[in-house]
Amino acid sequence: MNVAVNSSRAPLLTVYATLVYAFLYFPIVVLVLYSFNGSGVGGFPPSGWTFDWYRQLLQDGPLWDAVLNSIIVAAIAVGISFALGLPAALALDRSQFPGKALFRRIVLLPLILPGIITGLSLLMLFVAIGMKLSLVTITLGHGTALISVATTEIFAGLQKLDRAQEEASLDLGANHWKTFWRITLPHLRVSLIAAALLIFTLSLDEIALSFFLIGRDNTLPLEIWSRLRRGITPEINAISTLILAFSIATILIWYRLRTRTALAEEAGAQLLASTLEGEHS
Amino acid sequence: MYSRAYKSAVTIPPLLWISTFLLVPYSLLFCYSFWSVSPQQTIIHNWNLQNYLQLVRNPIHLSVLFRSMRIAGAVTLFALLLGYPLAYFLSFHAAKRKDLLYQLVIIPLWASYLVRGYAWKTILGSDGVLNGLLQYLHITRHPVEFFLYSPFAVVLTLTHIYTPFTFLPIYASLEHVPRNLVEASHDLGASPWSTFRRVILPLSLPGVLAGATFAFVLTLGDFLAPLLVGGASGIMISNIVVSLFGAAYNWPLGAAISLCMLLLVLSLLFATERLERKLTLS
Repeated sequence: MNVAVNSSRAPLLTVYATLVYAFLYFPIVVLVLYSFNGSGVGGFPPSGWTFDWYRQLLQDGPLWDAVLNSIIVAAIAVGISFALGLPAALALDRSQFPGKALFRRIVLLPLILPGIITGLSLLMLFVAIGMKLSLVTITLGHGTALISVATTEIFAGLQKLDRAQEEASLDLGANHWKTFWRITLPHLRVSLIAAALLIFTLSLDEIALSFFLIGRDNTLPLEIWSRLRRGITPEINAISTLILAFSIATILIWYRLRTRTALAEEAGAQLLASTLEGEHS
Repeated sequence: MYSRAYKSAVTIPPLLWISTFLLVPYSLLFCYSFWSVSPQQTIIHNWNLQNYLQLVRNPIHLSVLFRSMRIAGAVTLFALLLGYPLAYFLSFHAAKRKDLLYQLVIIPLWASYLVRGYAWKTILGSDGVLNGLLQYLHITRHPVEFFLYSPFAVVLTLTHIYTPFTFLPIYASLEHVPRNLVEASHDLGASPWSTFRRVILPLSLPGVLAGATFAFVLTLGDFLAPLLVGGASGIMISNIVVSLFGAAYNWPLGAAISLCMLLLVLSLLFATERLERKLTLS
């Protein structure tokens, strides 16, 4: 008997899955819908379609300052996490050294530990060395925490790499550095772009860590957070809609890039599951 | 095969950075938890167990810790109840639309935490969308207050946020269930239900375990959702830590609570890893 044939009939399960999707997307739809609502954040039904909140948003100087701060932080965080995640991934993929399992675990720790623990610990470090809290401390925090993501993403890329070309390059007399620059890196290009996009988005959205490392200048999520404490306006719906649109676009590109080289179903799962697994074979 | 220089170049920089920005900070957390704070609000570096004793003796801290664990347990349960059937549906019944449906789960996974938390705040508020809808349909006459600022709101919001996290490892493990085993079970006359119970479910347990751990650990450490939608009755253990590092200014006690949380999380990770390995072997 063919499994696919018998499996297509599961009406109850289909309904249930549809409901789960509805649950996942309901708040997102509401948020977007009410960003165009003339009569405010709440109530039902929404009435009076308007772009006023977006117009208000455009003229909101402090908010755009925060956006700019976030973009700078995210860009440098990508740089830091790459500078360290790429060698870490290479180390995990192709060299044996004592303490490798422990090394892997510590690198991946920020991925699974609640942000508050890493955030507080970093706060203590910066206070201990007398470093003033600012966007710099936030950037260092993001960069460090996101090494975990860079490592797993690049590691996954390395695992899929065809090793024959590297071996050929080595056989033909190129050394490891030359092989790395001429063969490994170009082949990793898609994985690297995908990883950069993901890290950029995660940094842009990050709040738990930034919460403790914030100085005078706000990142976008912290600016929104401080406004939420003063009360909610549809302008926050509007900026949230823009953030969502940006996140969704980047995530989709990330996913497409990744699945070009990976098995579709493994893409995200690998990233998460690898934090719990001991060693990859 | 690789030269020593190459090996050092790929291991030493990450090791140094990780030591400076993760190991040293985590160790500082450890140290702080044994220090104390003077009435003049300076840190006194004499080692003692005062913070831990205070933690055990203070009934508020313990009750908040237990509440946090209850909330984390509830979120884990709901995330599994939503995530498992969804993963099962995608893996076994989605056929050609699998890829699209998978992407639809990925999107909320990486989309902004704050944005999703905020969305629930606008839905659950006393003049929010849900109350507006209920009054519009004449189900209630006055705004229902308990939607927002309650443990219920925290559980709902965090379930929404962590269901995709739970889904992912479950889906991955379901995809690894050998399809010929499922077919064999069918061929030997097992009903779909007993195939699920005897073949598919046991093979997907490692994924369930991983998913449950994510949901539990991440919820336990959460302090933003309680601030956003939890109110006074939805306070969790991390909120106490936040206040100890802020207005209450008692870093050592805050560090002690964080360290307990860290140990709880690490032992949980260790236990699930052990259990997972056992499940995979057998």
